Parts: sequence; structure tokens; C-alpha cells
Amino acid sequence: MRIGSPKETYAADESLFRTRTQWVWFGILLLSLALYPFVANLYWLFLACLICINIISATGLNILTGYTGQVSLGQAAFMGVGAYTVAWLDNNATTPFILNLLAAGVMTTLVGLVAGLPSLRVKGLYLAIATIAASFILQFVFINWESVTRGTRGINIQPPQLFGMEFDNPDTFYWLVVPVTVLMVILAANLFRTRVGRAFIAVRDRDISASVLGINLPLYKLMSFAIASFYAGIAGGFYAYFFGSINPESFPLLMSIFFLAAIIVGGLGTILGSILGAVFMTLTPELLRYGVDVLEPFVQDASALLSPVRTLVFGLLIVGFLLFEPHGLAEIWRRVRRFFHLWPFRN
Amino acid sequence: MNILNVDGVSLAFGGVHALRDVSLSVAEGTITAVIGPNGAGKTSLFNAISGFYRPQAGRVYLEGSDISRTGPPRRAALGLGRTFQNIALFRGMTVMDNVKLGAHVRTRTGPLAAMFYLGRARREEVRIRSEIEREVFDFLEIDHIRRSPVAALPYGLQKRVELARALAMRPKVLMLDEPVAGMNREEKEDMARFILDVKEQWGVTVLMVEHDMGMVMDICDQVYVLNFGQRIAGGPPAEVQQNPDVIEAYLGADDMTTLRERLRGDRGAA
Repeated sequence: MRIGSPKETYAADESLFRTRTQWVWFGILLLSLALYPFVANLYWLFLACLICINIISATGLNILTGYTGQVSLGQAAFMGVGAYTVAWLDNNATTPFILNLLAAGVMTTLVGLVAGLPSLRVKGLYLAIATIAASFILQFVFINWESVTRGTRGINIQPPQLFGMEFDNPDTFYWLVVPVTVLMVILAANLFRTRVGRAFIAVRDRDISASVLGINLPLYKLMSFAIASFYAGIAGGFYAYFFGSINPESFPLLMSIFFLAAIIVGGLGTILGSILGAVFMTLTPELLRYGVDVLEPFVQDASALLSPVRTLVFGLLIVGFLLFEPHGLAEIWRRVRRFFHLWPFRN
Repeated sequence: MNILNVDGVSLAFGGVHALRDVSLSVAEGTITAVIGPNGAGKTSLFNAISGFYRPQAGRVYLEGSDISRTGPPRRAALGLGRTFQNIALFRGMTVMDNVKLGAHVRTRTGPLAAMFYLGRARREEVRIRSEIEREVFDFLEIDHIRRSPVAALPYGLQKRVELARALAMRPKVLMLDEPVAGMNREEKEDMARFILDVKEQWGVTVLMVEHDMGMVMDICDQVYVLNFGQRIAGGPPAEVQQNPDVIEAYLGADDMTTLRERLRGDRGAA
């Protein structure tokens, strides 16, 4: 039981994890991430990789929508930009994997900056619609810019190689995507320890107050779009490498809604929320599939129902969380922590 | 020397003239008040000075340079701090984060440095943290609530946190929009003392809009009176108090004894 956490320096008080307990839990998390491939089968490793890709993208969207308050429905299309950048470089250049991934991030950042321009004039619902427009324009480009994207036929990507190793399976790919995900999440968490992150929140909560404090609203809105797009680009790059082939259908609008759902369910404006939301929303369809398997002998064509039911469940989750748990899973987690804070002496 | 000059500012919204040819000057190191009946244009004047409204005519000078064409963030960076009539804190954030936001204009960390939180970003965070602790929290006696979310605090403390946030900017001119409105006597006394200390210890020039005549008369060096968007008087408090135009503006009649009572009756409050 901990009843206080005395600090001797401001630096210690400003650190990411402020108590030893938090460091211990973080260590346990890293350890279990490292041990996971040795106990999980290929299917669960596949899911773990997919979850990581989704965590990166959801974290980016949460910076933009959760922290900065700019609703975006373009995250999937931005991932597409990252994925196509990787695909093009893979097919037309011999640049190493890491460089391709960074290029995907940078390219998407540039596209995101342009897509973010409407945020300087419109807010809320109208901005959401503007980002849908951006999403459809990108979709159009994916289909019609055949010399780069090969249109609807799609494009293949070779598995990434690093130090002579080929990461062509979930059990190897895991070692590539997990460290990057951990890094990206820590970078995002750091952002909100500094003036930049505080400025984002200020833009979201009260833009008039923000500008009287010297915060340049257009600059920070675009910065937020840029960072969110960078995350989407990295996630998209991993997506391309992971699945080995992409086509314009890979990044539908529904996928953007999936990410929006993930951060709402996880918790808007919290780093933990992006992680919990991405895990939860990636595993939900798997749970549904399991349910279908169980129902198969009793219900006719149960598997045919899977796709519509999944969409329905996503919708219900968004509405349900907005109504009953607007701060998402992160808040539930906080409540659990508070319960055990002085346990067993008080609860 | 005048640190802030407002020169012939006129502001109209459609056919409504919020300000007509208003001029005033604020001497460095003084407390200046703008008073006037409801709807006289006091807050409009504040918004014109801090850059939210673009007046149709007139100029605003800070330390002699024309800032009329710049936006609010630029004016903040040049040293214009401000609080709002209805508290404009970031309610979800802690007191600490709110006040740190005040130091935004004094820091430089960019997004990339922020994400890696190395070297300069870290040093800058620690530096503003210790400055805020030493200068602002200690001064305004709010160090015990640094980790509380603002929304949970009582009204008087929220006002104080807003002052703290403005002070963290280290402004040259601090504009306070009704700093003691809605406060009880004790809170008003505290706030009046803080405002005087801001002038004396920090050397910050204060410009405020206030309805509490007792406080205005007690702590201000200079008072300007607005009525229907026009400046009708200006000068030391004792002088303005006697001005027949001011008395008429407040009462709409020449019932001077009532006003004198009101002006004097409230004095104990500060």
C-alpha cells in the first residue's frame, strides 16, 4: 500500500511514471510482451501484430480527435497513403525497410497537412465531413493513379528485411512491430508532458482562452493533423508489409469509423484509451467469430450474419459507451486502480 | 511613461456602436480601471485591446509600437496578459497544467523535441515548473491545490488560478475583466491585496474592468469611465468620483447624494 510519493526534485515529479509501482508494472508489461511469442500460437501472434498496427493508428487519431478536439474520419485513408508509399518504394527502389517506413510517415504527414487545412475554417461535424471528403479523394487517387498504385488490381509488397532476416511471418513480424509500437506510444505520452500537448488540449477545451495565452490556433491544429497523419502513415506502412498486398479496398471509410470507435470506447484524450480501445476493438470481431462458430450447428447461415452483425456491434459499442461510459475503458481502469489504492484498508 | 495607449478606437457591430472614438493611456507601473454602466463597452474595449475585435478606426500601442494589426496570440507574446469575466480556465485540466499553459509564450519546445523529451524539452519543463512553484504558486497561495482539477475548486480559488495563469505569462500589462465579481468580502480583500502586490512586487501594469466601486476607488491610480461606448471621464479616482457626468451616467439623474453613498458605502469591501 502506498500513501504518498515524496519527491526531491521537480524533474522527478514531472516524470512519466511517478511511483515505483508504475515502473514495476511497466517492467512486467515489457517482460510479458517479450515472452508472449513463446507461448502464443501463430493465430494469436497474427492478432497481436494487428493490434499493434491498430494501436499506432488509434494513438495518432486520439492525439487529433481526443486531445485536440478535431474530429477526423480520414485516418484509414491516411493509412492508405502510408501503405502505398511503402508499396511504391518496395517495388521501385531498393531502400531499406526502416527508411521506407519513415518515408511512409513523412509522406502521410504532408498529405495530412493538406487534409487538415479545412480545420482552420470549420469545426466539429463540418470538419468531420471535410475529412470524409479527403478520404474519398484519396480513395479515388488510389483507384485511378494506376502508374503508382496499379489501381484496383492492387500491389504486392515483399516482406521486410533487416540484418539479413526476413520478417514474413507473424512470429517474426511481432519483433518488428511491437518495439515500434511501444516507442510510438511513449512518444505520444511524452508529448502531453510538454507545452505542445498542453496547447493541443487548450485548443480543444477553449480556443479563445488558448489564443489569449499566445497559442497560435492554426499552427497547433495543423501540427496535430501532421502528428496524427504521421502515426497513420507508420501504421499504414506496417499494414502493407504485414499483409503483403494492398488495394484501394483495404482502407475503406468503415475502417476510419473503426478507429473513431476504438478511441471512443477506449477513452478520448488518454493514451491508455488508445491502447485499450485498439485491443478491444480488434478482439471484438474475433469474439463474434467465436460466437458464430458456437452457433453454427443451431442457426442456419450463421457465418453469413457475421459481417452485418459486426457493423451493428461497432455501432452499439459507440452509442453505448458515449451514453454510459463517455470516458471509456480508461476511466473504468482508473476506477479499478482507485479501488485498490488503499485496499484492503479502504475501498 | 505610458506602456499602453488606446488611440481613438471605434467599434461597431452593424448599426450598434460599441465604442466611439475611445482613447486612454495607461502609465507603466500603475493600476488603471475602466468603469461604466452595463453595456457601456468595457468588455468590447478589452476585446479590442487583446485583439479579438478589429476596430473600424483607431490604434492600440503597446510600449510605443502599434499592435492594431496583430492577432491575440502575437499580442500575448508581446506581453499582454488577460483574464476573463466568466472564468475561462481549462476545466478538465489540473491547476498545474492550467498555469503551465500560461508559460506557453515563454517556452520554445517543438513537437519533435517534445516527443523525445530529451535535453532542452526536459530542461524547459523543469525550469517553468520551478519558476511557477517559486513565483506564482507561492505568491498566490495556491500550492496546496496544484494537482486538483480546476472544475472541483470553489469560485474564488478559480479566479485566483486564472490570475496565476496570466501571471505565468510574465506579462507587461495585465488586463483583468471583473476580478472580484461574485466574490464575498473576504475573497475580495484577498484579491485586492494580490492585485496591489502584482503592481508592487512584480512591477506589472494592471488594467481592469470592475464594478465594485469600493475596490476601484481604493486601489486604482487612474480611472476611466465609459458610457454608451464613449469615454466620459478620466483621471484620479477622487476626481472622477466628483464628476457630474459620471454621476449622471450611473444614475440617469442628478441624485448625487445616493451615488456618493454608493461610492463610499462599498469602500470597506476593499
